[in-house]
Amino acid sequence: MAKKIMSADDSPSMRQMVSFTLKEAGYEVVEACDGKDALDKLKTEKIDMLITDLNMPNMDGLELIRQMRQLPEYKFIPVIMLTTESDESKKNAGKSAGATGWLVKPFNPPQLTAVVKKVLR
Amino acid sequence: MSKQANFSDTFLQEAEELLVSVEERILDVETNPHDKEAINGLFRAMHTIKGSGAMFGFDEISRFTHHVETALDLVREGKLRVSKQLIDLTLASRDQIKSMLDEARGNGKASRATAQEIVDAFVRLAPNDKRMTTAPCGILETRPSMLSRNKTYRIRFTPHRNIFATGMDPSLIVEELGGLGACVVTLQLNNLPALCDMDPEACYLAFDMVLTTQHELNEIHDVFIFVEDVSEISVDEISLRELDDVPKLGEILLDRGVVTKKSLDTALSKQERVGNILSAQGEVSPDQIDAALAEQSVLRQKKESMVEESVKVPAGKLDRLINLVGELVITQEQLKIASAQMSAADLATQVEEIGRLTGELRDIALNVRMMPIGGTFNRFKRLVRDLSLELGKKIKLDTYGEDTEMDKTVIDRLGDPLVHLIRNSLDHGIESPEERAQKGKPEFGTICLSARHQGARIVVSIEDDGKGLNPAVIKQKAVEKGLVDADRPMTEQQIFELIMEPGFSTAQTVTSVSGRGVGMDVVKREIAALRGAIDIKSKLDEGTTISLGLPLTLAIIEGLLVEVGESKYIIPVALVEECLEMSAANRAMDKERNLLTVRGAIIPYVRLRDVFVEKGRRTATEEAIIIENGGRSFGIVVDHVVGQHQTVIKSLGPMYRHIKGLSGATIMGDGSVALIIDVGQILQIAGNQEDYRLNSTRRFEGEPKDVRDACWMT
Repeated sequence: MAKKIMSADDSPSMRQMVSFTLKEAGYEVVEACDGKDALDKLKTEKIDMLITDLNMPNMDGLELIRQMRQLPEYKFIPVIMLTTESDESKKNAGKSAGATGWLVKPFNPPQLTAVVKKVLR
Repeated sequence: MSKQANFSDTFLQEAEELLVSVEERILDVETNPHDKEAINGLFRAMHTIKGSGAMFGFDEISRFTHHVETALDLVREGKLRVSKQLIDLTLASRDQIKSMLDEARGNGKASRATAQEIVDAFVRLAPNDKRMTTAPCGILETRPSMLSRNKTYRIRFTPHRNIFATGMDPSLIVEELGGLGACVVTLQLNNLPALCDMDPEACYLAFDMVLTTQHELNEIHDVFIFVEDVSEISVDEISLRELDDVPKLGEILLDRGVVTKKSLDTALSKQERVGNILSAQGEVSPDQIDAALAEQSVLRQKKESMVEESVKVPAGKLDRLINLVGELVITQEQLKIASAQMSAADLATQVEEIGRLTGELRDIALNVRMMPIGGTFNRFKRLVRDLSLELGKKIKLDTYGEDTEMDKTVIDRLGDPLVHLIRNSLDHGIESPEERAQKGKPEFGTICLSARHQGARIVVSIEDDGKGLNPAVIKQKAVEKGLVDADRPMTEQQIFELIMEPGFSTAQTVTSVSGRGVGMDVVKREIAALRGAIDIKSKLDEGTTISLGLPLTLAIIEGLLVEVGESKYIIPVALVEECLEMSAANRAMDKERNLLTVRGAIIPYVRLRDVFVEKGRRTATEEAIIIENGGRSFGIVVDHVVGQHQTVIKSLGPMYRHIKGLSGATIMGDGSVALIIDVGQILQIAGNQEDYRLNSTRRFEGEPKDVRDACWMT
């Protein structure tokens, strides 16, 4: 059964790229445009991993991670934050919120799949 | 790539929409400078344009947006005030980005000057902020994996107790390490509490690993990149160079910091297994022992594989072993003959069984000494690299036939001559890159090392595409050194062979690499000592090929037993194409030239009877054995072909090694001696047969017989 990954980002082009890359690599992808949208979708979808941008309207990435970790079925799934180099400080905040790792923007498709393989069985 | 174009389109659309919202938000902020929502929105818009822009190749837009994004971030953080100037600049940025997007769509051109003005103005707003003054970077390309020499590391990974809460599965890390090379993992369970006390969401495990890998150290550290700040990780190289012997368990435990010297010594003094004692003392957990044992096992294997490459067994011992096996084979043949004459059924079965066992023993004994030459070849890769750097030339080394197996002693003794020949190619053969360019040759010179079987011989060749040998220059030099007469006619082959004369060197300068001209004659001597031959082929400006033909001296081969007069000879079966009777027509032909026709082809031949000056007259019938040698066929004519025979080669003693045409001898089942023909040399002899006929047929008289007698002595 293919693993399902959620891509949360307010930028449609980012979502499109992440989605395309991961689908090519054999994963299923669920898209969300911000933290709130993501949590809503989690009520009906079961995902195996979350990739989230940090800067989103309505609910940003950190808050999404924090809230998602409260849900028992998502306590232990891998979470990757997409950061830019100016968000270095956010890495620690992310870790405290419960993120597994990070990927620095901009990145290319192989880097994305490599990180996924690193944390998702 | 259509998908790439797709992303670009999406981005351009997205960016344009964002710019619309940016315009609205800026006006909001202008009205209310404390509108946090608007400011956040502005920041996010610019952040997205910058980030996604870089993702999809719009580097210029991304770089430009960096400054306005930074400024907005500073406003968010309260480090920068919302001023009219900031508003104006932000609006100007929006316009600039819009025109850059338009340019990307093919509508008009954006002004780079305006862009620079805006950037400069932003920098002036916050001149001390590092982010403002540094440009953003694009996609960091991952460095390709660099592989080097195999190294062994001791890795300890103790995951943070709460690692699961971050969604990290430590076993994935262990698996990723395993992907870098051979990894032995020992689980450490000493922190595991009783089940009743255990928190199922906590990680109590630790991993001790011994990893052998060609990957670089930073690649190993990269595996831990997401956990290294909270988990305990140590990576230490275990140097094998200092190992004379595989370290003992106690030494390893000491090294790993698991025990103190005092504990270790106490334990050792009790003369029981160190591991058990320490564990009983309660100082070390069984898992830590296991981990140390795992390390020891890995090191032992590494040591053994290292030792394998340099095993030193006194040659004498191996010789004796193989000699005995040889004698066994011979005796077993005699037994077979005797048993056949006795026709006792029980005996026959046993004799057959002995025959089978002897055959197996023989194969294994031979195998003991046979090794692939690849190990020797690999030595040279480094040599070529270093020397070519030193000489400032570009040279690569190709190798073929690394699996070709040869007698170990031959391989060992081949090392130095090969080094010298390669150095010669490097130094005097391959030209400098400039010279090569002038000649229209590829920049990189190639040296090709190859090994292949050719009949009962191994041919090792060193071929280069360098400047080749110049016969005129060589002859000139030889004349100057008084080695030959100026007017003596010489074939190209003979001239080439001059370079192996002692004291000969045409190198304009003697470099540190190839030393003085003593090299080639030493090589010749060493190869001759191995009962081998050197063949030199060269074409001016194209290159040189030096081939070493080496025999398998102490081996057992399949041979064709033939009779000539009262003598017996063995011809290596590997070289034989076919045997046929010498027809009356062919015999009639050989008045002047020794030629016979086989299915329309004309093939020259030699008559062994003539070569070895066998007493007596030619027999009524003769047989010709057609040999394939170096791509051409020729025939060896004998009185009678007896049949195939397995032969234990015994080398002719030192006194008879120089005799041409023979590569060894063997003792037959009935005790008589057969001489093994060196086909290549026979050909040479045959080529000079005209000379011999004219000069001294007497030359060989008496010698073969002496040789045969001499065999009894060896």
